[in-house]
Amino acid sequence: MPALPSFVPYLIHTLFPPWVRRPTEIGAEIMMTAAGAFIVYWLLKNKKLQWLWNEWLTTVDHKKIGIMYLVAAIIMLGRGGLDALMLRTNLAMPTLHFINASEYNEVFTTHGTIMVFFMAMPLIFALFNVVVPLQIGSRDVAFPRLNAISFWLFAFAAALFNLSFVVGGSPNAGWTAYPPLTELAFNHTVGENYYFVSLLMTGIGTTITGINFLVTILRMRAPGMTFMKMPLFTWATLNTSVLILFAFPPLTIALLESLLDRVAGTTFFGLAHGGMPMMYVNLFWLFGHPEVYILVLPAFGVFSEVVSTFSRKKLFGYPSMVLSMTAIMVLAYGTWVHHFFTMGAGPAVNVFFGLSTMLIAIPTGVKVFNWILTMWGGRLTFTTPMLYFLAMIPTFVIGGATGVMLGAVPADYQFHNSYFLVAHFHEVLIGGTVFGLLAGVYYWWPKMFGYKLNDHQGKWSFWLFAGGFWPTFIPQYWLGLEGMTRRMYTYPFGMGWHTLNVISTIGGLIMGAGFLVMVSNVLRSRLHREVDATGDPWDGRTLEWSIPSPAPEYNFAVIPTVDERDWWWEEKQRRQSGEKPAGPRPEDIRAIAIPKNTPVPILLGAAFFVGAFGLVFTWWPIALMGLAGVFGVLIYSWFQYDHYRILSAGEIRETEELLGRLGA
Amino acid sequence: MSSQAFTGGHKASHQELPPEFQDQEESIKITGFWMFIVTDVLIFASLFATYAVFVNRIASGPTPAQVFQLNTALIETLILLTSSFTIGIAIWAMRQNRQRMVTWWLVLTVLLGMAFVSIELTEFAGDVAAGWGWHTSAFLSAFFLLVAAHGTHVTMGIIWAVALLFQLRRRGLTTVTRRKLYTFSLYWHFLDIMWVFIFTVVYLGGRLI
Repeated sequence: MPALPSFVPYLIHTLFPPWVRRPTEIGAEIMMTAAGAFIVYWLLKNKKLQWLWNEWLTTVDHKKIGIMYLVAAIIMLGRGGLDALMLRTNLAMPTLHFINASEYNEVFTTHGTIMVFFMAMPLIFALFNVVVPLQIGSRDVAFPRLNAISFWLFAFAAALFNLSFVVGGSPNAGWTAYPPLTELAFNHTVGENYYFVSLLMTGIGTTITGINFLVTILRMRAPGMTFMKMPLFTWATLNTSVLILFAFPPLTIALLESLLDRVAGTTFFGLAHGGMPMMYVNLFWLFGHPEVYILVLPAFGVFSEVVSTFSRKKLFGYPSMVLSMTAIMVLAYGTWVHHFFTMGAGPAVNVFFGLSTMLIAIPTGVKVFNWILTMWGGRLTFTTPMLYFLAMIPTFVIGGATGVMLGAVPADYQFHNSYFLVAHFHEVLIGGTVFGLLAGVYYWWPKMFGYKLNDHQGKWSFWLFAGGFWPTFIPQYWLGLEGMTRRMYTYPFGMGWHTLNVISTIGGLIMGAGFLVMVSNVLRSRLHREVDATGDPWDGRTLEWSIPSPAPEYNFAVIPTVDERDWWWEEKQRRQSGEKPAGPRPEDIRAIAIPKNTPVPILLGAAFFVGAFGLVFTWWPIALMGLAGVFGVLIYSWFQYDHYRILSAGEIRETEELLGRLGA
Repeated sequence: MSSQAFTGGHKASHQELPPEFQDQEESIKITGFWMFIVTDVLIFASLFATYAVFVNRIASGPTPAQVFQLNTALIETLILLTSSFTIGIAIWAMRQNRQRMVTWWLVLTVLLGMAFVSIELTEFAGDVAAGWGWHTSAFLSAFFLLVAAHGTHVTMGIIWAVALLFQLRRRGLTTVTRRKLYTFSLYWHFLDIMWVFIFTVVYLGGRLI
């Protein structure tokens, strides 16, 4: 047998070091390859490649981009959830070595990172994309092509991050990636490179999304929709976008400096040559705290829509809702030090940040009261989104109250990095964000696909997920108070933690079952779909329900003039009383320019992926190839001028007629 | 115009606005570019924060006063300020519809930008030759990252301006090229302001420490 060239063993050793050759990793590798091969086979067999490219991969339509975000987020929720169950299994019993210490480090790192950056963020962007342009009466977002670029940067970053599990090794320094643990001197594998590079990539995409939706809402609202007539979800998007604009730059710099420490020999956060790890921690949480509100404000927006629709009432206290949300947005920047009171910044600094933390509880409390008062005297219907809303109230109140406890500086010295903290942030992130986003997915599903998710199965999924949530996280408060610290991979007998941990793990498994029911609901609802021809299955109140589901590519045949807060609710009365025609009049329909599909976004994402992969392994030629690719695509795109195709008035009239939408 | 149909058909009734703001879609792009500048200001703010924290952490490396040559920095400042003036003239010429004048002032801007970048690179090369790389101390890491981030921005600007020159030649002063020129000028002024801060905080501040 001829000898292999010498670079082959080098490649094998670098790409597949011993720590990715464990049974789980090999299993994952086989499954990923098999799934990939099956998808390619299916596409080829059904001659779907062209369709996939034309309809999805090159699309700039915000509705399709939203659906792609949704699919990616659900897949990532599965992976992050699997990670969580591995962690919970390991902790179910004392000294149970289901996975070993270093695997445990990797799994809690990927769990946290995926859930925050690759599950929650895309799920939020899915709702932004699907809902906001329809809610403000716009034809698309301000920058459709940039919107697709955001998506593909996220998608390739997510792929890169997940690749670390089977190629090179996973990151293992927690989702916050504190130095000096992430420095090369203490962490030789490429795992942390994966973390920094993929977060930088998705961070660029997120920043662009923030800019895009901010400008969309500022400049592209339907005539008559003043700020105080905007639906609450649009307000939430506006506030979130501002938070993104101000929060992601410090993260970018923190990640960039850490990456340079690892691949280019700088000394920002190491212990030698005057570096200072606490600088990273400050920069990270300067992003990290606003990020908490980036995650939760959209959920607040969803709840405001859901509670108003299913109470069949106007939202109670709209101006105070807007004001409190904006107050949260501003205060969010003044609290970052509460993540590290124990750093020892001194009593004056700590007290300032302790007080600002407690201050945030006030506008949040205002919101909870307003939601409850919206239900007061309403005609409630208990659909799945409404159930998620109702489940959020107690969980978020308890999670918020324990947050105030953590904000009390002296007490925080006891709670810091214990399971009390773990219980707190899971309670607000799941009880607030995830419940909210799931409510949003159930609520706007008919708008995305033209049929509802099955409500019966939705309720099963809800009761398993929300019912499993309480036994999972409530015992963790007690575990924290009894001294169990965060990120410990196992514990000995006799600590008194056994029973509570068993309960917590069982709860986690129930939540997992809830997720499976949700996925099966998605599949079965698609198979047995009952098409909704009205476009308004919930008897909704805002603009998006005034058009067919799924919305035609131009969204609104005629852009409505908005004169009320709940415009569609009022418009329905006017149309029933015959005061207004039942739909757009044919003579009002004009030709519309539709943004053309373009391969630029996906190619840009792919070029970034190549460059990032080179950077992870510090293979500079490959990194430079990626960089050249990025510039190539950008320059190609700069010289493109013809971005629109014209949809004639006749075609639009025909579509609207087919949908039965034309008014007399 | 077809593009106005896309953006919802708010017809701009402000004919007194400069041409790059009259088209609704291009005007929205200018708003978007301002938002990008907001994020970029924050990128630099984070870099300045890092620099301010690390400026005294020189380990066994040189002090700021040893590293900085005020003369070079002053020349760089003058060059960049002049280029801000030349791009200003180019935009003025654009509003007078004088395409040749736009081209030449833009070329001058690019040349000044190139001069700036080459002086900066020479300065960096000198530091590295003296053994003061960014691995030497946290101070030098922060200094090089901050100043190089600015230099990279200027380099990107140069590439952008050259691409604009080609588009200008091919298409003339249209609604789109006007908007592109205008956003480029915003970017260029922004880099100039950032440099004024770098000159003040880093180079002049370095003399005080």
